[in-house]
Amino acid sequence: MTSIDILSELKSNKVAAEIKAGRRLDGRKMDEYRKITIENNISDNADGSARVRLGDTDVMSGVKMIVGEPYPDSPDKGSISVGVELLPLASRYFETGPPREAAIELSRVVDRGIRESKTLDFKDLCLVEGEKVLVAFIDGYTINHAGNLFDACSIAAMSALLEARIPKIEDNKIIHGEYEGKLKIKRKPVLNTFAKIGSTVIADPSIDEENAMDARFSVSTTEDDYMCAFQKGGPGSFTGEEISTAIDTAFKNSKNIRKLFK
Amino acid sequence: MAKKNETKVLVDKKGKRIDGRGVNDIRPLKIEAGVIPNADGSASLEWGQNKVIVSVYGPKECLPKHTQNPYKAVIKCNYRMATFSVPDRKNPRPARREIEISKVSGEALEKAIFVERFPGTEIDIDIEIIDSNAGTRVAGLVAAAVALADAGIPMKDLVAGVGVGKADGHLLVDLNKDEEDADDAVDIPLAILPNSEELVLLQMDGLLTRKEWDKALKMGIEASKKVYEVQKEALKKKYENVKVKEVAK
Repeated sequence: MTSIDILSELKSNKVAAEIKAGRRLDGRKMDEYRKITIENNISDNADGSARVRLGDTDVMSGVKMIVGEPYPDSPDKGSISVGVELLPLASRYFETGPPREAAIELSRVVDRGIRESKTLDFKDLCLVEGEKVLVAFIDGYTINHAGNLFDACSIAAMSALLEARIPKIEDNKIIHGEYEGKLKIKRKPVLNTFAKIGSTVIADPSIDEENAMDARFSVSTTEDDYMCAFQKGGPGSFTGEEISTAIDTAFKNSKNIRKLFK
Repeated sequence: MAKKNETKVLVDKKGKRIDGRGVNDIRPLKIEAGVIPNADGSASLEWGQNKVIVSVYGPKECLPKHTQNPYKAVIKCNYRMATFSVPDRKNPRPARREIEISKVSGEALEKAIFVERFPGTEIDIDIEIIDSNAGTRVAGLVAAAVALADAGIPMKDLVAGVGVGKADGHLLVDLNKDEEDADDAVDIPLAILPNSEELVLLQMDGLLTRKEWDKALKMGIEASKKVYEVQKEALKKKYENVKVKEVAK
């Protein structure tokens, strides 16, 4: 969105001035998240699902497993696909149609944050080596965009995955409504997104803060002290020190967020 | 991305990699500025097996009009891989990966450009990958920075970068495809403004500890500065034979 909306521009100036003075408009500390609630099992037809609210940001995610063919270079492995669609439901600025770069970046960062933690052993998803595997589609949708869709969508995707049951399979076909246990989840990665406004880095930016930000940084952390994905976005820059501080904050905040998972 | 490579030893006991490099060495890098006559600025780059050609057109009127920004030039960056540039033919349709790389590359370059001097305009940067062997996004970015400078666009600094990461338990600079396909591979493409060391591109995937990151960042900055020297040389070389016509007195 490059066109200028005069109200959001005035608000951005206000946000930046307040941040410079050490305050956030909603009164949060610089490293503080908005309230997060996770609601599980929002769709009976889904193999696993969740709806997540992060302040006024509202998103949902559902898992569907299908029987597919393995990639030629990994015949004994199933796979996952994580996506997010920016539904027009969620913002006056979202439009229907094929995904644009913002939606693609969001989808790919949420995907990497989970995939690269190696939380799933893709061999568990193999049915017949070289022929049939399970592919887990984890699809997210935005319901209300009030900032930080990255973290909200990531929490929703992970919550849905934690809920996900493996469908019963006969003759390489899924029997709908019958299940054979749950997916084995090894790690619970949590994505932490920061916004840089002026020379201040804040956690969990609201929509007003996102409109005012120069750059964005996301890091996905695991409970065994690994980081598994980075993404820097926006036309601004970060110093090495700012990244370091953000990483420390991310490890700290992730611990609290992880407790909310079932 | 994930291919098996368990049997291969990627770094030997002396710290030598399979292509003979040490852990901090980048592959041979060549850059040439001014290779497309029609373009306002251009560059070609060869970095190991990676081959890239970049054009810059602009600043020019930003169209369609609703994409204009009354405060600054809009950077329109396109990273694309030729269908023949990868082992299996790439579908010519822009993939999601290419769209994401275009976005983060354009944002990285924007920080270096005085965009606020050209409101209402766009600067088109087209990055075409001709041959690839891991590290094409930083290769494209490095070439694009040279092409922008070649176009005479006012810049705070060039953008220099490198892929750092981990393979076979070792932190490495400028991973090649074999290294990137290791089971424990971590890939961290990064780019900086070399003078301030500010990070303008930073991505990562794979499992990395906090300590490893601190070290990888240092290695990445150091290697990026080597890349920076090659970029400056390319620009100097293009202009070394420019003769100033003497004005008759």
